[in-house]
Amino acid sequence: MSVNPKLSPSEKRLPQVSVDIDAIESGTSLWQDAWYRLKKNHLALASFWVLGFMAVFCFIGPFFSPYDFQSTDLESTLQLPQLKHPFGTDDLGRDQLTRVMVGGRVSLGVGIIATTVSLLIGVSYGATAAYVGGKVDATMMRIVDVLYALPFTIFVILLMTIFERSIVLLFVVIGAVEWLTMARIVRGQVLSLKKQEFVEAAVSLGYSTRRIIFRHIIPNVLGVVVIYATLTVPSVMLLESFLSFLGLGVQPPMPSWGSLIKLGADNIQLYPHLLIIPALFFSATLFSLNFLGDGLRDALDPKSSKD
Amino acid sequence: MFKFIARRIAQSIVVLFVIVTVTFFMVRLAPGDPFSQERKMPEHIKQSLMAHYGLDKPVMIQYGNYLKNLVQGDLGPSYVETRSVNKILTASFPVSLELGSWALVIALCIGLPVGITAAVFKNSMADYIPMAVAMLGICLPTFVLGPILALVFGVWLGWFNVSGWFIPADRVLPALTIGLVYAAVIARITRGGMLEILSQDFIRTAKAKGVPFPRIIFFHTLKGGLLPVISFLGPALAGIISGSFVVETIFQIPGMGRQFVSSAFNRDYTLVLGTVIIYATLITLANLIVDVIQVVINPRLRFEDS
Amino acid sequence: MPILDVKDLKTYFHTRNGTVRAVDGVSFSVERGETLGIVGESGSGKSVSCYSLMGLIPQPPGRIEGGQAILNGELDLLSCSEKELQKIRGKKVSMIFQDPMTSLNPYLRVSTQIIEALRMHEAVSRKEALDRSIQALEEVGITEASERIQFYPHEFSGGMRQRVMIAMSMITHPEILIADEPTTALDVTVQAQILELIRDRQKANNSAVILITHDLGVVAGMCDRINVMYAGKIVESGTADDIFYNAQHPYTVALQRSIPSLGSKGKPLYTIPGLPPDLSQPIPGDAFALRQGLTSGGKWDTTPPSLKQVSDTHWVRESDVILPPLEEVLDVG
Repeated sequence: MSVNPKLSPSEKRLPQVSVDIDAIESGTSLWQDAWYRLKKNHLALASFWVLGFMAVFCFIGPFFSPYDFQSTDLESTLQLPQLKHPFGTDDLGRDQLTRVMVGGRVSLGVGIIATTVSLLIGVSYGATAAYVGGKVDATMMRIVDVLYALPFTIFVILLMTIFERSIVLLFVVIGAVEWLTMARIVRGQVLSLKKQEFVEAAVSLGYSTRRIIFRHIIPNVLGVVVIYATLTVPSVMLLESFLSFLGLGVQPPMPSWGSLIKLGADNIQLYPHLLIIPALFFSATLFSLNFLGDGLRDALDPKSSKD
Repeated sequence: MFKFIARRIAQSIVVLFVIVTVTFFMVRLAPGDPFSQERKMPEHIKQSLMAHYGLDKPVMIQYGNYLKNLVQGDLGPSYVETRSVNKILTASFPVSLELGSWALVIALCIGLPVGITAAVFKNSMADYIPMAVAMLGICLPTFVLGPILALVFGVWLGWFNVSGWFIPADRVLPALTIGLVYAAVIARITRGGMLEILSQDFIRTAKAKGVPFPRIIFFHTLKGGLLPVISFLGPALAGIISGSFVVETIFQIPGMGRQFVSSAFNRDYTLVLGTVIIYATLITLANLIVDVIQVVINPRLRFEDS
Repeated sequence: MPILDVKDLKTYFHTRNGTVRAVDGVSFSVERGETLGIVGESGSGKSVSCYSLMGLIPQPPGRIEGGQAILNGELDLLSCSEKELQKIRGKKVSMIFQDPMTSLNPYLRVSTQIIEALRMHEAVSRKEALDRSIQALEEVGITEASERIQFYPHEFSGGMRQRVMIAMSMITHPEILIADEPTTALDVTVQAQILELIRDRQKANNSAVILITHDLGVVAGMCDRINVMYAGKIVESGTADDIFYNAQHPYTVALQRSIPSLGSKGKPLYTIPGLPPDLSQPIPGDAFALRQGLTSGGKWDTTPPSLKQVSDTHWVRESDVILPPLEEVLDVG
């Protein structure tokens, strides 16, 4: 099929005369297009590799380490980076390399799981509100608005101090904070899709409702969900590390990047490596997630305001 | 317009009430009590302490009493310290207020110009470099930046103290720690907002009218472009508050943030409630002001357009 | 002497996927007080050519590769500096755009915007500018103008916003008004009113009007002369009578056939098969012949077709494309 000519700024405004019917039918054009754009974004691609490295490092790395994350060695506490301990040791003689790897497991794990929780809640809530519309939609979004205004970190801290500090509670609490943004985004997207002409066109062409939902609405919503999920993970990780820093996150001896950073901060004057190394890993991961999320946003929606 | 403000005020009061209630019951319903944390206490002493503070009465009555006192401005006694909550907060609140204000000033004074410049000179070095640095700022949590700043400027260079809140110079590092992070966020949001407006048709109309570029930026774009930043100020305040928990801990600042965290740990009910009330009031007030400003700037909102 | 004389305008867009030759050697002129229509489909270059005149093309990735646009026999618009262009925009050459919903600044009152159009170019007091702006609104048919001028754009309907745009662009009595699809976004009932209004204001100011549109029906009543554009070039140029009664280029003929007529109920609509060409690829010959579904004699496949004069007023680009007959049912794509 022939390629659309590049449109000048004013002509983008006109209804499209030329239409790629095959691409619409097979539903690939949007994603191929986006993949192509994403591949050309070097920063996003680099971020992708960095994240891949992190995943391998944190989830597979510990199997290769001679040390255990919690075995202490009081003879070699607070060692600087050396051959035996490439990242040094902490105040109880535990190998930092292993602890950074395991800490990464925890931080990334919390990030992914809590994001999934918030995703499930947010998407259902937002999609339902938009789909039902009318007064129900207005009420549901009012609730979101009110919740948005609440000082959530305060409640999170309260909850974590009050109840037993289990990791499940951590997930629930963090997920409960982050779903709001996802709900808003999904609702916005579904609403704008509802209004779009191609839905009416599909209806007038006699497509069944099911086909419309699966072929047209879901792929478009999926895009937005993927973008914001990628951008939510760093938020969640920040929240988790914040809690760990205050002593409210995962409990020792289980490390997370947040608690490792806390230890580093306490010892920063004499042993800066204890802070810098976990902070580096943490920031690099957040960096990559943010750039990847931005890249996805540009790839899937070139009209977005970044450009 | 005034109907709008009145309605928002009413909503805010309701929200505040809900927050106080929820917090009250959350804290009360938790296992343990303020006196079980410390030393092992003989039962009868604990009982008389509880009675003294009215903690042996049914929860609902305690709630009622609390509200009654609250309306009169009395936040009750602290269970862990000897002073009343009012006294404690009167000392610590101004400290945190000052810290937060400086942080906000830094964030705006750096973030806004950087964001506007990045948008105006899009895709040039004046755009890429600040935005990359801004991204760094977002990915560096306050509890990483703080110790690093303390190390570099406090220990190595010796320019500032690394703890305390005594001399004016003590404000610098803590305010910078929070302020820089939010400067980064504000820069990005400002850039986005400005670019969003600059891509609109009416900017093209202005150009076609012969309006010169500086005027396009400052007269036509700025109002709309700053809207996202303004609506961000509500959550920004909440963020600065939570940032203060960490920063006050790191730099040993006698502020409300540090107190909130420790009172939560100690289950000092009244102090926890007191701090939550002040935070909630601040945030609700900020949200209210932000909403009003938004309506003033964006005339479309005045008619409740969806 | 024509008020505007464009010679061999070329505007290309340098994108990552190639260089798009949006306007590829376009020449036309506009006389004082006349209405020129530029007709073509999306991607034909009709809007880009006029934006190039005003310097409104984003300079990366766009670039004016060549040509001249002499205004009033004195000034070449294409070689003006930005500062010089700012003096001309809104004063000598004004422009109104397609979508009145988005073309006005929603954060400013209408009064502010119209006054700005005036005070940008004339040294008048605020008070006088306001009076003249109110008068301008009345001239475009907005009643109670002195109150409504203080409204914000969203308080007006689409048609009224376009009237505001017209008032704003004509308040400085420009020599040329460029109207880019001024009625496309409006209701059909309002379209006729707006076109009437443009004609009325044109006469009052003795301005020339360049009317850009893809709708032949719009040019029919309005234009003295018409240029038909395709793939970045003008393929036919003549008076309204020439174009409508003696169309020579197959594209023009096809366009006219595409206008649904009231009598042909139940018959399939005539459509031009195929798609416009990809302008990032160089086109060696007749661009229209490249459309799938059209046959041509092959004469202009590898050489650029030349311009042929049909009469004093009528020019056409050679083409030997053979259109499918009117009666055949045509598939889309």
